[in-house]
Amino acid sequence: MLAYAIRRLGQSVFVLVLMSFLVFVGVYAIGNPVELLVNPQADEAERLRATAALGLDKPFLEQYWIFLKGAAGGDFGKSFVFNVPALSLILDKLPATIELAFVAMVIAVLLGIPLGLVAGLKPDSFAGRAIMAGSIVGFSLPTFWVGLVLIMAFSVHLGWLPSNGRGETVMVAGIPVSFLTADGLAHLAMPAFNLALFKLSLLIRLTRAGTREAVLQDYVKFARAKGLSQTRVIGVHVLKNILIPIVTVIGLELGSVIAFAIVTESIFAWPGTGKLLIDSINQLDRPVIVAYLLVIVTLFIVINFVVDLLYSLLDPRVRLGGAAAAH
Amino acid sequence: MGNPSAEGPWARFRAEFAESRLALAGLAVLVAIIAIALLAPVISPQNPYDLAQLDVLDSKLAPGEKSADGRTYWLGTDDQGRDMLSGIFYGLRISLGVGVASTVFALAIGLALGLVAAYFGGWVDTLVMRVVDIQLSFPAILIALILLAVLGQGVDKIVVALVTVQWAYYARTVRSSALVERQKEYIEAARVLALGQARIVFRHLLPNCLPPLIVVATVQVAHAIALEATLSFLGLGLPVTEPSLGLLISNGFQYLLSGKYWISFYPGIALLATIMAINLVADQLRDVLNPRLRR
Amino acid sequence: MSSALLEVEGLRTHFHTKAGVVRAVDDVSFRVTRGRILGLVGESGSGKSMTGYSILGLVDAPGRIEGGRITFDGTDLTRLDAAAWRRLRGNRIAMIFQDPMMTLNPVLRIDTQIVEAIRAHADVSRESALARAREALARVGIPSPDERLKAYPHHFSGGMRQRVAIAIALVNHPDLIIADEPTTALDVTIQGQILFEMQKLCRESGTALIWITHDLSVIAGLADEVCVMYAGRVVESGTVAEIIDGPRHPYTRGLIDSVPSRNERGRPLHQIPGMTPSLLELAPGCPFRERCERVVAGCTVSPDVSEPLPGRRLRCHNPHAA
Repeated sequence: MLAYAIRRLGQSVFVLVLMSFLVFVGVYAIGNPVELLVNPQADEAERLRATAALGLDKPFLEQYWIFLKGAAGGDFGKSFVFNVPALSLILDKLPATIELAFVAMVIAVLLGIPLGLVAGLKPDSFAGRAIMAGSIVGFSLPTFWVGLVLIMAFSVHLGWLPSNGRGETVMVAGIPVSFLTADGLAHLAMPAFNLALFKLSLLIRLTRAGTREAVLQDYVKFARAKGLSQTRVIGVHVLKNILIPIVTVIGLELGSVIAFAIVTESIFAWPGTGKLLIDSINQLDRPVIVAYLLVIVTLFIVINFVVDLLYSLLDPRVRLGGAAAAH
Repeated sequence: MGNPSAEGPWARFRAEFAESRLALAGLAVLVAIIAIALLAPVISPQNPYDLAQLDVLDSKLAPGEKSADGRTYWLGTDDQGRDMLSGIFYGLRISLGVGVASTVFALAIGLALGLVAAYFGGWVDTLVMRVVDIQLSFPAILIALILLAVLGQGVDKIVVALVTVQWAYYARTVRSSALVERQKEYIEAARVLALGQARIVFRHLLPNCLPPLIVVATVQVAHAIALEATLSFLGLGLPVTEPSLGLLISNGFQYLLSGKYWISFYPGIALLATIMAINLVADQLRDVLNPRLRR
Repeated sequence: MSSALLEVEGLRTHFHTKAGVVRAVDDVSFRVTRGRILGLVGESGSGKSMTGYSILGLVDAPGRIEGGRITFDGTDLTRLDAAAWRRLRGNRIAMIFQDPMMTLNPVLRIDTQIVEAIRAHADVSRESALARAREALARVGIPSPDERLKAYPHHFSGGMRQRVAIAIALVNHPDLIIADEPTTALDVTIQGQILFEMQKLCRESGTALIWITHDLSVIAGLADEVCVMYAGRVVESGTVAEIIDGPRHPYTRGLIDSVPSRNERGRPLHQIPGMTPSLLELAPGCPFRERCERVVAGCTVSPDVSEPLPGRRLRCHNPHAA
């Protein structure tokens, strides 16, 4: 188990370094930020000074080396736009994004798995078919358009919910969270639901497919032959079997939710890292882009690792480092 | 009841597909949408990108209102006076075109690499699959975003971004199927007969890997269209001169709060209809082609 | 007649599929006496497993029991509601399935799977249930039961898993056990052990047993009474001695003659010509007539059940002489 963990760690560091190089190369090719930040009437000397100040006059590999050294120590350079350390800018906005992603995921799981179970157990009933139809719609709706419609309906038309920003926050263990206040919840409602919709539909479909296969298995028949109640047969025997692939998916989708938050944050003006990224791309604020990407990559690696661990805990047939996991 | 063994596999496939009325409805809608996309220049009441045809005094008219010269704008106009209906027709054309083109290219690349990886095995396989794994562990939207930030705007650039994001699914699907098929005896037999490797791969291995691939490809077209719309909405990818549905929606966003919803709403409906139709068809395809649900 | 523990009369279980009606169990009748062992013999597709499922009400859609009566200790099982079924299953009637890897839930521990069977029918504490589970494992000959209890099914060999399934079946001291080909998936040597132990356990506890199998030689050593099934019908039934020594239905005789050990050395192996018919395309009349060596003109009409001796039943127009 320890050997496996060390090996994974090694692989992760390798991926991280590789990504940092790719990211740096890619971002290096984006226009010339100096043009954006410097007064268009500035003369050549101004430009040169600005370039030097931002370290952009050095050869590519030297820039990368400076960057790598800094990155290892947590210093990604200063934002061209805000002139504060890029990393602190990201970390500042990260809690808002994580809160949004987390709440969205919770909504998707709490609604998706039970609905999927119902659809899988009674696929030909009205409820089953309605749920499936609903999930296809939810799966097909483009997230950004749903956001627009939500704003149209609940903000413009009905005036029930605010359409942008984050509500009041309270500090929990040094991190500001907004779901503990009524105002915060009102602001969270639409963006979180918007973000959750796609994953919700995905989970419903997955749970339904898994349930449909599971109930055909012999162990379900055997459980019924033992005289177990239907609640126990479904709630224990079936559920534990279908949860395994679902948990894997949830874990992997968590990363995707954080990425998709970019869109939701743009629409609802939610002050998270996603919005920061879009703004940075438009303003060619390179250090921020790079810092964002590397923080996200690290986050994904951690999530993948945790999911693998969870998977081995849930499925007794899989032990890490031994036989290959049945992905 | 006809004798089942007398039907060919194609007839049986059609019959099984038709068991779902939803899927048939989806197919019908899809055919209609493709027809609109192909015929857009012919059937649109107005060419919204021909500046000579626009009258800025007609801007922001609500659906159903008439223009100064008596034409009805069935879905209203946008801030430049462009007819929404025509805009949607042209937008469908671009959205569908980009989606299908990128899927086709991604499919070709993924198919080639997947087959190569499965057939040759060894370090080739490991290399290809490592790249696939790393790429698939990152959300498509993130990769596409960064790529477009680097590459800039243009139809070709967004196709490149979409292809880059998609090829890995195909490669992985093909490789799994091919690995299973490779173990089977008919490949062994083909080898024993000393058939050329290319021939084995294309004539024998490939056709048996196709069913799961068809399902994946169909779903992916929908994903590609949705992804392109999202990227255009965020201002990346397609230039203003070739607006897809995503860009139309983005244009309308600023007018939402003042109640002029139709500029964003109707293109969104068109987008939704397209994606949903594709998903319905893909779902039924998957059920029909899935051996484990055979009863 | 009234000492019969289970009486199945005219049972019909049909499947309504898109391709037509499959009469998996078609007018099946037999009787099981308390403490005795009945063998249900037939090839795959003969309806023997479906008969077992029908008794316990475990037939899945699109199949359902269309007719007949199943009387268990005075109660008509075809009229039970869901709650009554749950009290019965695993408690007074238990079932053992063919493939132990699939019947034990792979993600739950052995002790969980035994304890839940106990606690579904008795309000006992987890500790006392565990104690009973330990006893149950010991009774089926599993060594070091404490370790085994904490294990998962995939840690066991096939034979051990089946023993666990048997332990679960016995744990609530049922009156009747239905065993559906429990040894078919196991090695021959393990088969012998399991057979012997099942016989012993049933004799000791007075539990009646229905043993479903395609292997006639197993029945010869194990059962008291035999029912031979073909295409969903019982074609011959009687005591083991009667059936093995004096089979009268051509199919039964064919089955017995096909057993290799009954063959004389050097002579070609006997086989029944043809194949089992598809239940979707059954022509009217006796389903065996296409393959029968004693077919006569009257076989185009389905034969009724005749009872030449008490308990000795036959469904044939032209059986072998007694």
